[in-house]
Parts: sequence; structure tokens; C-alpha cells
Amino acid sequence: MALPKRMNPSSVTSAAKHKAEVFSSSASLKEMEALARRIRRHIVTMIGKAGSGHPGGSLSAVEIVSTLYFRILKHKPQDPQWADRDRFILSKGHAAPLLYTVLAECGYFPVAELATLRQLDSRLQGHTDRNLTPGVEMSAGALGQGLSFAIGVALAGRLNAQSYHVYVLLGDGECNEGQVWEAAMAAAHFKVDNLTAIVDRNRLQLDGWCCEVMDSEPFAQKWRFFGWQVIEVNGHDFTQLGRAFSRARKIKGKPTVIIAHTTKGKGVSFMENNPDFHGKAPTAEEVEMALRELA
Amino acid sequence: MTEAVSLREAYGKTLVELGRENPDIVMLDADLCRSTMTQFFAGEFPERSFDCGIAEQNMIGIAAGLAAAGKIPFASTFAVFVPGRSYDQIRMSIAQPGLNVKLVTTHGGITVGEDGTSHQSVEDLVLITSFPGFTVIVPADAIETVQAVRAAAINCGPFYIRLPRPKLPLVYDRSYRFQLGKAVTLKQGGEATIIAIGVMVTAALEAAANLKRGGIDCRVLNMPTLKPIDKAAIIAATETGAIVTAEEHLEHGGLGSAVARVVARHHPVPIEFVAIKDTYAKSGKPGQLLERYGLTAKDIEQAVRTVLKKKGG
Ligand SMILES: Cc1ncc(C[n+]2csc(CCOP(=O)(O)OP(=O)(O)O)c2C)c(N)n1
Ligand SMILES: [Mg+2]
Repeated sequence: MALPKRMNPSSVTSAAKHKAEVFSSSASLKEMEALARRIRRHIVTMIGKAGSGHPGGSLSAVEIVSTLYFRILKHKPQDPQWADRDRFILSKGHAAPLLYTVLAECGYFPVAELATLRQLDSRLQGHTDRNLTPGVEMSAGALGQGLSFAIGVALAGRLNAQSYHVYVLLGDGECNEGQVWEAAMAAAHFKVDNLTAIVDRNRLQLDGWCCEVMDSEPFAQKWRFFGWQVIEVNGHDFTQLGRAFSRARKIKGKPTVIIAHTTKGKGVSFMENNPDFHGKAPTAEEVEMALRELA
Repeated sequence: MTEAVSLREAYGKTLVELGRENPDIVMLDADLCRSTMTQFFAGEFPERSFDCGIAEQNMIGIAAGLAAAGKIPFASTFAVFVPGRSYDQIRMSIAQPGLNVKLVTTHGGITVGEDGTSHQSVEDLVLITSFPGFTVIVPADAIETVQAVRAAAINCGPFYIRLPRPKLPLVYDRSYRFQLGKAVTLKQGGEATIIAIGVMVTAALEAAANLKRGGIDCRVLNMPTLKPIDKAAIIAATETGAIVTAEEHLEHGGLGSAVARVVARHHPVPIEFVAIKDTYAKSGKPGQLLERYGLTAKDIEQAVRTVLKKKGG
């Protein structure tokens, strides 16, 4: 290993690329629904081609992540390091195929690159890698670490008097991790109100139903008692999601969690609520079947 | 080559047999029963099974408590999370008091493949061997796995057994008898010794066969018990005048380091290390990754040629 180099102050915050524009979309509800179907087709296709990956938890959060990138976040796909960008942190790193697809749809990198998922030398690793993929904020895949990371990013924004907002997406199984609750306590303690957590409440984890593996009910209550503002929505409803995100941004003095009720595997009948498709790739025939349903 | 057999499945089935033989055997997992194959035990002994959810640190603490009260807990998850994520819990709840907890982890090394860096455990052996009093075993095939798991069940104290995700070809036949703390000579030879563990044992045998065709006769040792390591076998191997170690782990702190310590102290001879060099691996197929990170039979052959050049006359 070479010795570390001396820090270059200008490399700490990226030099603004003047031409890069803030992403904006005027997509109607109908267009968002079409976008969601296209994202789902990409997810199924790319995981099928890779031969491994996690379709269930990618499909359940399609509306959540696409609402953020198309309607809520201030971001510049041509300048992923823009210092004032809103941050989206994917804590449940196994939903990487979803994040990659949304980033590609926004123009961070070519959509064609999605076909390289999980291949040797691809920028699209099985789980997210912040050093490789433009737009990816955190290296994840070991569950339970994203909320703490997000608090750090939010605190830095506050210290720098920057106006960005931080969003972090967790799985409901992921909330078994003690670190999530250490972070929940810290976020309320530090009054981090430039942070919104979203829990993809699809009620399944790897071994089966959350309530059978490790029951965490009353779930919303736990967050409330930890000092959080809780908003519950249908996580497949663009209108409800949009409204919740706007409301969350206005709540001051405490962090907000949006508990998004979703269906794991959403959109593909044989994957919906099926724990087998948590971490298994569809076969070629299954991809065909899924694409027909998502046409 | 012989058929490939799953070491994880061998573990899962052996654990069920142990459960039938001894009512004190209990199982813990962290939402990976379907991957570590503890699901077989959970199916037959639900009352003795504790899926702790995605909470590895808590699982370690519960296992320690069960052991303190007389149970024999087998706790499983991926090798990257135990010991990695639960290092201090293992240190104070299991290692320091020397409690009778058996940690059996799967998906060790980089042959995890496409899941990538977050799931590839390349530091678990240096972490777990750092604990005083831990017995650490890295089986080379399914037959050795069955016997290693049985050894853990009947011997006192903390054990760590590391298994890979892919099926591996059988190195042994049914007559094999695993002995705790003992190296196994798989091939005699006088010009150099290759010491290998886990996935690398088959590659070592292949390398030795290729080298023999080129006129170089190597000894091949499997070192299933990484800790406490078989010092006598290593000291005996120094008579060949050159050693190559091979492991699916960072070069830092694994088999190579353990062998080097014995060699340096007792009878210095040149050593070469076939291991992952100070880096994290990425997504790819297991075979591609072994090639990319220098863990093939060819790499072992190259290391033997290099070490022979350094060998004294
Ligand atoms: C620390 C850690 N332990 C275990 C795993 C293995 N694992 C990957 S996904 C998963 C289940 C996740 O369930 P959930 O958070 O509910 O995700 P989703 O249902 O949204 O896919 C598990 C146990 C992991 N990635 N990280
Ligand atoms: Mg879930």
C-alpha cells in the first residue's frame, strides 16, 4: 500500500461543473406509472441476466425511489458530486438494481450499462459501491448501517449551513439491527430535521414473514417513542408518497420516518409476497412471464 | 475430478444428527437459515432453534448466555458478519470467559461471487484467530466438514468453522479421519511444501500434479485446524527447504502468517504466500474472482517456482 497523500482542500468539495443542470421532470401521474413499469422491467431483466440478485426488495420500493429522484430530490445527474445536492442513501443495499435503474433513467450513466450488473469489472456491483457508481452515496450491503451514515451527512449539512435534505431507505427486516435503534435515538437527540428515513414495510425478510422471524410490532409506535415524527403511507401510491415527502421536509426539530406499506415483489404476480424471490434470480422463462405482466 | 458436494448442506444435516443425539444442542441464526442450512435443524427442532433476525451482535450474546447455562449453541450466519460485525461481543461474551459456543459460518472468502465486497469475507480468519482460546477450522470438503462439526460438538470451548458458498470437489473419501489440530499430508514430496486450507486444497493438489510433470516434487499439506496450528507438521515441512501457503483470505494474518511465525522461530526457510493482497474483491463469478485475485493452481505453481529460487543450496 502506498502512503496516504496529503489532503487537497479543493478535492473535499467538488468544483461545480457550470453546465450541469438541476434535474427536473414534469412527469404526470400516468407517466410516473409508466416509468415504474419500465423500472420494474429493467430490474427483472438485469437480475435475470446476472443470474443472481434480489428482485423482491427492489420491486417493492420502485415508487418510493422514483418519487424521490423524479419529484423530490434536488440533484444534477451530470454532476453527481454537486455539493448542495439532496442525498439519497440506500441502506438496504441489496436493492441496488432498483437504485441503478433509477440513476440510469435520470441520466447518471447509460441505461445500456444496466446489462452489466454483477459482472466482473462492471461499475454496477452486486451491492452498492460509492467509489464505482456515479450517484451512489454509500457502500452498503451489510444491513443496518445506513441510518447512522445518513445522520452524519445531515449533521455536516447543518454545520456547513447547507440546505440539502438527506433521505435514507431501510428494510423492515433491517430494522432488527440494534444499530438502527442506536441511530434512531441519536437522530432525535441531535434534532436532525434535515433527515427523512423511509422504511420499506413489505413485511418480509429473508427467512420469511417479519412477524414470524422477529416481530417488531408495534412498529410505528417504536419510532414515535424514539422521538420521531411518523407518517404512514401506501408505498405504491405516488400521490401519497409525494405528499408525505413534502410534509416531512416541513417538520422541524425532529427527524421524520415514512413507513411505506408495500408488497415485496410488487408487479410480478409470482414474486409478490413470495420469500423465495427475496434473493433468487428469475429463470429466462420467468423473466419472459414477468415482462408480459409488466408490459 | 470427483463430484462437487455442498459443505453447507453437510453442516446442516450433521447439525440435525447432533440434535438427535444430544438434547443440549441448540441452534441460533440471524435471518439466514435458508443460506447457512440451519433450516434443517429448525425444521426438526423448532423449540431448540432461535432465529434472532438480522441482529448478529445480539445473537452472539444470546449464544454466550445459553452456553453459560449449559447448552451447546451452534450459531450461524455469513462469515462476513461473524466475526466482523460482532467482534467485541465475541471478545467479551465468548472468548474471554472461554464459553462453549460453536460459530459455524458460511459464504467465507471471495467465492461468494456476485454479491460483491459487502458479502465477501476476507478478514474473518485474522479476526477470529486473534481471540485467545478459539479453535478455528477451515474444512476442505464436505467429508471434513461433517467431522469438524462433530469435533466442535464434543470438545469444550469456543470454536469457529468457516465454510464456503460453492460446492467443492471431495478431497477425501469415507475412510478419512479428521484429527483436531493435525495437518494431513495429501502428497509426499521433498523439494518444497505447499500448505493449503479450504477452497485452496484442491488447487494445491492440482498445482503439485502439474509441477511433478515438470520434474518438481512437492509435498502437499492440508491444515484444516488453523488454530491451534500443527507446529510439528510445519517444522517437519521445513526439511523440504521451501514453503508455499495458499488460502482464500487476505495475506495479512491468515494461514500464511501463522505458518511464517512457526517457521521463523524454529527453522527459517523461504516462504511464498498465495492469498489476497491488501485489497477488497468485487462482483464476479467465483472462478473469475479466484483468477483475478491470484488464487488458482497456476498461482501456486508460480509461487513454488519463486520460492525454489530463494531456496538455499
Ligand atoms: C448485517 C447483515 N446481515 C444479514 C444480511 C443478509 N441479508 C440480506 S437481505 C436480508 C433480508 C432483508 O430484509 P429486509 O430488510 O426486510 O429487506 P427487503 O424485504 O426490503 O428486501 C438479509 C438477512 C445482510 N445483508 N446484512
Ligand atoms: Mg422486508
